[in-house]
Amino acid sequence: MYETLEQIHAFISQPWPWWMGGITIGTTLFLLLYFGKDFGLSANLRTMCAADGAGDYADFFDFDWEKQGWNLMVALGAMFGGYIAANYFGGDGMAHVSQATVDTLNNIAGEDLLTISTVPLIPGKDIIHQDIPAFWNLYSWSSLFSVRGLIIIVGGGFLIGFGARYAGGCTSGHAISGLADLQIPSLVAVIGFFTGGLIMTWLILPYILQITI
Amino acid sequence: MKLFKYMVVGFMFGFGMWKLEAISTFRIIEMFHFQSFHMYGIIMTGVIMGIGITQLFKRGKVKTIQGVTHQFNDKSREWWRYILGGTIFGMGWALTGVCSGMMFVLMGSGYTVFAIFIGSAMLGTFAYGYFRKVLPH
Repeated sequence: MYETLEQIHAFISQPWPWWMGGITIGTTLFLLLYFGKDFGLSANLRTMCAADGAGDYADFFDFDWEKQGWNLMVALGAMFGGYIAANYFGGDGMAHVSQATVDTLNNIAGEDLLTISTVPLIPGKDIIHQDIPAFWNLYSWSSLFSVRGLIIIVGGGFLIGFGARYAGGCTSGHAISGLADLQIPSLVAVIGFFTGGLIMTWLILPYILQITI
Repeated sequence: MKLFKYMVVGFMFGFGMWKLEAISTFRIIEMFHFQSFHMYGIIMTGVIMGIGITQLFKRGKVKTIQGVTHQFNDKSREWWRYILGGTIFGMGWALTGVCSGMMFVLMGSGYTVFAIFIGSAMLGTFAYGYFRKVLPH
């Protein structure tokens, strides 16, 4: 019995292949539609603003936010899912990216800081990755108090929150729910996501990462 | 209990996204450099499954738990908001390697600095709500 559990644990702990995305996303979408809800996680940011009293400042936040409680529970569940995955099913805790990506990352850093077997899942110091190169230590409290970390954590968060609501949805609302419903506006939004993403990745991000203060 | 089922759905989604490495900044960099099929495979299989599932609900083959056919809302045809908002969101996505769902997963994974990230995203949403009337839609 214990051995079987060990095997199941080892099986789940492996890195998942891409086609598991269809199963994971499909199950999520199916269950939410079955419960009569629409899948879209960034709507929670609006709800959280409204819950904090933002309705006094803009009527955009003046709505019956308590009806959105279900979506906050999805976000809370996602947090819990991340906790369990990271702590109990994390496997080696690495991002299994291609050699080409490792080369690109080393190119940006200007030195060979990473090899194909040492790319962490998250560029931030944690229990597994204590010896992460300082260059890739982006998501930690110490990074927050650097110019580079501030731009990425605070600036990036702002762009995501602003852009998602401006566009009326994020990766889950447009790229999944919207495209699945064959909505042309969602296709335009997804093209926008990739346009912005390519501009940032190719033209801006390498310079931001090289800021050393 | 009524709300608990949504937590279960969120749990499965967050767990899956973590195991699929969709929460990884490096996977997003890889995607925007077109160096692996991985992220495209996740999105494409997700959308293909999604199209089938959406059609099942739209045609009433599957009813919701309340026993009715789910009503899908058509997205409004305001093109500027999708172009401009989408581009801004994409820039944030690529700058951080994190999107609005993944920030919750990462927060739960133990990267507590994402509390600031989420706070900043709320501020961004607030800024949109505040300036909404003067922004082109």
